[in-house]
Amino acid sequence: MRTEDPGLYDYLPYYDRPKITWPGGAHLAFWCAPNIEHYELNPPLNPSRTSWPRPVPDVLNYAWRDYGNRVGIWRMMAAMDRYGVRGSISLNVAVCDHFPDIAAACRERGWEFFSHGVYNTRYTYNMSEDEERAVIEDVKASIRKWSGQELSGWLAPALTLTERTMDLLAEAGITYTLDLFHDDQPLPVNVRSGRLISVPYSLEINDFTTLFQGNATPRDYTDAIKAQFDRLYLEGAENGQVMCLPLHPFLIGQPHRMKQFEEALEYVTSHDKVWFATGREIAGYYMQHYFDAFAAAIAESRRRDA
Amino acid sequence: MRLPPGYLDYPYRRPGMDHARYAYSNLFQRKPVTWPGEARVALWIVPTLEFFPLDMAPKPVKPPGGLERPFPDYWNYTLRDYGNRVGFARIFKALERRGLKASVAMSCRLAERYTHVLQEVKRLGYELIAHGIDMHHIHATGVPREVEQEWIERALATLRKLSGQPVTGWYSPAYSESSDTLDLVAAAGCDYVCDWVNDDMPYALNTAAGPLYAMPHAYEISDLQIFHFYKYKPAQFVEQVMDHFDFINREAATSGGRIMALSLRPWISGVPHRIAAIEQVLDRMAGRAGVWSATGAEILAAWKAQQ
Repeated sequence: MRTEDPGLYDYLPYYDRPKITWPGGAHLAFWCAPNIEHYELNPPLNPSRTSWPRPVPDVLNYAWRDYGNRVGIWRMMAAMDRYGVRGSISLNVAVCDHFPDIAAACRERGWEFFSHGVYNTRYTYNMSEDEERAVIEDVKASIRKWSGQELSGWLAPALTLTERTMDLLAEAGITYTLDLFHDDQPLPVNVRSGRLISVPYSLEINDFTTLFQGNATPRDYTDAIKAQFDRLYLEGAENGQVMCLPLHPFLIGQPHRMKQFEEALEYVTSHDKVWFATGREIAGYYMQHYFDAFAAAIAESRRRDA
Repeated sequence: MRLPPGYLDYPYRRPGMDHARYAYSNLFQRKPVTWPGEARVALWIVPTLEFFPLDMAPKPVKPPGGLERPFPDYWNYTLRDYGNRVGFARIFKALERRGLKASVAMSCRLAERYTHVLQEVKRLGYELIAHGIDMHHIHATGVPREVEQEWIERALATLRKLSGQPVTGWYSPAYSESSDTLDLVAAAGCDYVCDWVNDDMPYALNTAAGPLYAMPHAYEISDLQIFHFYKYKPAQFVEQVMDHFDFINREAATSGGRIMALSLRPWISGVPHRIAAIEQVLDRMAGRAGVWSATGAEILAAWKAQQ
C-alpha cells in the first residue's frame, strides 16, 4: 500500500538528543564503504527498471564498471592500506563467486562484508516476500562462506527496496540499514519485530553521485569530503557524529582520481578525535550504548507532539 | 508488475566473467612489460574523425554528438563538420610540431568525402583505425548479422584501399557493439578494438575468428567525457590528464610499462579556446624522458612480444 511517508522512523529534534561519545572519546565515527559490485552483461528484465541505458550488450557501460574489479579495486585497496583505513564492503555477493581473489583480499584485511544484494543488476522491485527472504538468506550464506562473518548490514542492491524490506531485514537478524538518509546519527528504525537501526551512509559524499552523476571534478570531490568531515568533526564535540565515505572502485580507482583520494585519506587520518570503525562496529556500539536512550528520547518527543 | 520467471536464478554465478569474451584478470598480477627504449609510458594519441550525416536518426543508440534537432539540424551538423574542416588541422599541427605519432580513428564516409583529411593522415604517417561507416551506422543488437558484416567489411575495405595501410584497429562508433561485432571484426582481419574501457593495458578477447585484443582507450579522460559530458573547463582537463599521466608514470616504476591513451575529437578539442589545453598536456607529456610516442599497432606489437 502506498503511504505518504515511509513510517520507518519518528521525528527527533536535532538538538538535545542523548549525547553520543564514541570509543576513545572520539567525536566522529568515520567509516569507508567501498561498493564491490558486478553488473551482469545480460540480466533478466525487472519491469520497474532497465539495467542498461543502451541495448544489451552495452559494452561501454559494462566495461566502465568492470574496470573496478580488474584495476580500480586494487589501487583503492593499496591506498587504504597505506593510511590504515579499513573498508566495510557493500558487496554484491556474486562478486565472490566470480572473482574469489577480491573476496580473499577483503577477508585478509579484516574488512567487514555487508550486503549489497546478489548482483547490482537484480533489483528488489516487484519481489514477493518469499523472494526477498530468499535473497536475504542467499546473501547471509554467501557472506558466511566467503568471510566467516555473520551479516549485519544492508544496502539494497542499486538502492532498490520494497515497503517490506526493513521488516524482513530485522527478522533475519540484520542490525543496520544504510538505505535511509534522514539523519547524521544512527537511529532506531520502526520494524514489526526485532531491532534495526539506520547508520548514515551517504549520497552526498559518494563518488557515484558526485563524480559520476554530479559532474564534480576530482578536486571538487576532495573538497567536499574535507568540508563534510570538518563540519561533522566540529559538531561531534557536542554530540558524536558518523561520517561514511562510500566509494566505487570503477570511479575512485581511475588514475586521474587516485591522488585526490589519497589526499582525502591523508586529511581525515590526520585528526585525533576520530574513531576509524566499520559499519558493524558503529552499529554494535550504538546498539549497546545508545539504542535505548534514543528510543526513549523518540518516545518522549512523540508524547510531546501528541 | 511481475518479475519474469527465474529472476532469482543466476546461471553465470561461478568463477570468471558472466560471458565468454574474455577472462578475468587482475592488472597487478600480470607480467610487467617493458617498452622500447626503457620507456615507462607509451603515449597513444587517438584523434577521432567522425562524419555525422545531416539525415541521421539517433537510434537505437544515440551517438555522443549525434544530431538531435529537427531536420535540418544545421547547428549540430556544422559544429561537427567544423572539426573535420578546421579542428583536426589544429590537432594535427600540434602533434606535428612535437613530433608525435597518432592513430586516427575515421569514419569511412569521411575518408571518401574529405580526401584532404586522408591525405594529411598519410602525409603525417599516422595509423588509421576503422571507425565504422559513419555516426549513423551504430553497431548494436537489432542490426542483422549480415548487415553488420557488410558495414564492417565496407569500413575496413574503404580505409585500406584509400590509405594503402593494413588497418588492423577497430573502434565502433559510440563504443557500441552487438554480440556479433567482435567476431565480425576479427574475421575481417582486425587485430585490436578500442571499445572496451575496462583496463589500463591490452588484454585478449575470444572470438569465433581467433584472437583479438582490447586496447585501453581511457574513456574517463577522453575529451568526450571531460568536455562534452562532464562539461569541465580546459584547465580542469589539463589537471586530470596530467594527474592520470603522473599516476601511471609512477605506477610504471613498480608494475611495468603503462599506456597513456588520449582520445581527441576535433569538434571538441580542436576549437580555439580548448586547443591550448591540448597543447599544454602534449608539451608536458612529450617533453618527459621515458615517454614513447607510438601507434596502437606498435604498442600492441610490443606488448604481444612479451606475453
